Amino acid sequence: MTHAHASRRASAPALRFLLQVLLIAALASLPWFAEKYYVQFVARIMIMGILAMSLDLLLGYTGLVSFGHAAFYGVAAYVLAMLTPAYQAAGFWTSFPIAVIGAATSALIIGFFVVRTHGIYFIMVTLAFAQMLFFLFHDTRLAGGNDGIYIDVRPDARILGWKPFNLERYDHVYLLVLVLFVLVWLFLRVLLRSRFGHVLAGIRVNEHRMRSLGFETFRYKLACFTIAGALAGIAGYLSAVQFGVVNPEFMGWHQSAAVMMMVILGGMGTLAGPVLGAAAWMLLELGFQSLPVAGSIDLGKHWQLWMGGFIVLTALLLPSGLLGAWSSLARQVSARRGAGPQTTANPMASAGKGRPLDRQP
Amino acid sequence: MNSASTRAVVVAPAGHSAPALETRSLTRRFGGLTAVNGVSIRVESGTVHAVIGPNGAGKSTLVNLLSGDLAPSHGEIILEGTDITRLGPPQRSLRGLGRSYQKTNVFLPLSVFENARLAAQSRAGSSLRFFRPVLREGAINRQADEAIEAAGLSARRDRIVATLSHGEQRQVEIAMALATAPRVLLLDEPLAGMGAEESSGIVRLLSRLRERHAILLVEHDMDAVFSLADTLTVMVNGTVLETGSPASIRASAAVQAAYLGSEDTHHD
Ligand SMILES: Nc1ncnc2c1ncn2[C@@H]1O[C@H](COP(=O)(O)OP(=O)(O)OP(=O)(O)O)[C@@H](O)[C@H]1O
Ligand SMILES: [Mg+2]
Repeated sequence: MTHAHASRRASAPALRFLLQVLLIAALASLPWFAEKYYVQFVARIMIMGILAMSLDLLLGYTGLVSFGHAAFYGVAAYVLAMLTPAYQAAGFWTSFPIAVIGAATSALIIGFFVVRTHGIYFIMVTLAFAQMLFFLFHDTRLAGGNDGIYIDVRPDARILGWKPFNLERYDHVYLLVLVLFVLVWLFLRVLLRSRFGHVLAGIRVNEHRMRSLGFETFRYKLACFTIAGALAGIAGYLSAVQFGVVNPEFMGWHQSAAVMMMVILGGMGTLAGPVLGAAAWMLLELGFQSLPVAGSIDLGKHWQLWMGGFIVLTALLLPSGLLGAWSSLARQVSARRGAGPQTTANPMASAGKGRPLDRQP
Repeated sequence: MNSASTRAVVVAPAGHSAPALETRSLTRRFGGLTAVNGVSIRVESGTVHAVIGPNGAGKSTLVNLLSGDLAPSHGEIILEGTDITRLGPPQRSLRGLGRSYQKTNVFLPLSVFENARLAAQSRAGSSLRFFRPVLREGAINRQADEAIEAAGLSARRDRIVATLSHGEQRQVEIAMALATAPRVLLLDEPLAGMGAEESSGIVRLLSRLRERHAILLVEHDMDAVFSLADTLTVMVNGTVLETGSPASIRASAAVQAAYLGSEDTHHD
């Protein structure tokens, strides 16, 4: 390996770190120059980003195709709604942990049953449990039924008389979302490099071999399902705070499918992928919805049709998602610049698969 | 999945009288076919016990029963004096039973080192540890590197296993089995598909390992078998035809007739 080659390699993480810090700084400054609408839109992207990353922990990192992930997102949102008294605020410092623990507990209970199943059955059973929860909230008067339930006053963040932030203000909601988004990202990054993260990778690749190596994989899959549920709960809580209303659609299969699309669209098995996917999804949704009326057809009203077409195209043309396409483009460019062959040429390097586990995501 | 609550039962005092691994009339049926039929063998610590027999004799099925990959139709498996018949593969592995697979069964998209390290990590207590990077777990990384070294793969340490030759992937199997530091080692045709050089390296490794392990070796390479084995069991159609020293097996008329006489037609 030449010296220049080695130093380029050493400086890449530093550059990445710098870029990440700049990105976070740019995001943090957004409320000072952007209008409310855009600030809230970016907050929604980050909330969906948290949800998509949490699903990717199951889908891309562990190989568990959960088709009911929105259930835990919805549970946390409902917990906040039910903890909020009429025309009064719930306490942020109590309702937030309770909502996340509520999501984690439901994931633990549901996980106890679903994590035993494999492949197509896992998909089916996760969907079935999520639908049970959906109908529980949809068909009973537990929490407003079909119409959902309003959060009249946003949670109050006062601690001992001091109020660090005010969730009635949209810019404070945005900053809270940003902080939690960064924390979830960092948490997953650390998690994936730990013993636990390596076990998840082993399970994704070859669960049978993991068992014969002495790993009781049920335990690890259940822990993973629970953690993913808790993180989805963070997203659900934030959504409820932002929208001020919670309805059964939060946990509907449309929502579960949408998150899954975001993960696949962006690139499974990475953290940047799902976030990119969430952003692309939301921008596309916005773009397609604002299409004009052409002749007798309202193009915008049929946005789901265009979205479907777009998904099909990406699946066909970019099998490892937007991020995968981006990194293979970057590889081609650097190869043309004569960066030399990678020493550990890895045919599965796209979208993070096969990347050294110590450096994942 | 075996329930975690199943308790192993101590059926014999774990003195040196108990063999490292023992089966009692172990039987496994697949529908109408009895792949393993009333097999009782004893594998002593510090020895290599080879199991030979023609294709389809039931050797791999026997290994799968021992490792817990398959459940027996009846019979018992006793590991160091403890009945482990009802335990699942993870618990057997943690009790010191390691194995390799005839059909390469590794983590193809991961590097050689990562394969061995997952194996080593299984010995380091619970992996419900979420924060410390594995990269900084010195003991785990060292154990993985030692296993890679022993299996003769140091030059391939950072290669993705999918990019290795078939023979090298077989060596990864061995490295993984070693990295779990087993006391009893089940090797299902470890040499199949290896070149002569790797093969003799593994034979040397096994004769070194013999001292402190009990090794059950299934192998078609008769040179390797006769140079390593302290005891030989010949299986035919699921049953044990004969068990004895290499010399007595070589001399046995029944074995000659059933198997050794047509040895070279049975290579995979
Ligand atoms: N899962 C299974 N289901 C049905 N039959 C099986 C199964 N596994 C093995 N068998 C059958 O059991 C018999 C023994 O197979 P086994 O793989 O144990 O033989 P072997 O001695 O390992 O042969 P080889 O030397 O070819 O590896 C064969 O007839 C095989 O077809
Ligand atoms: Mg076999």
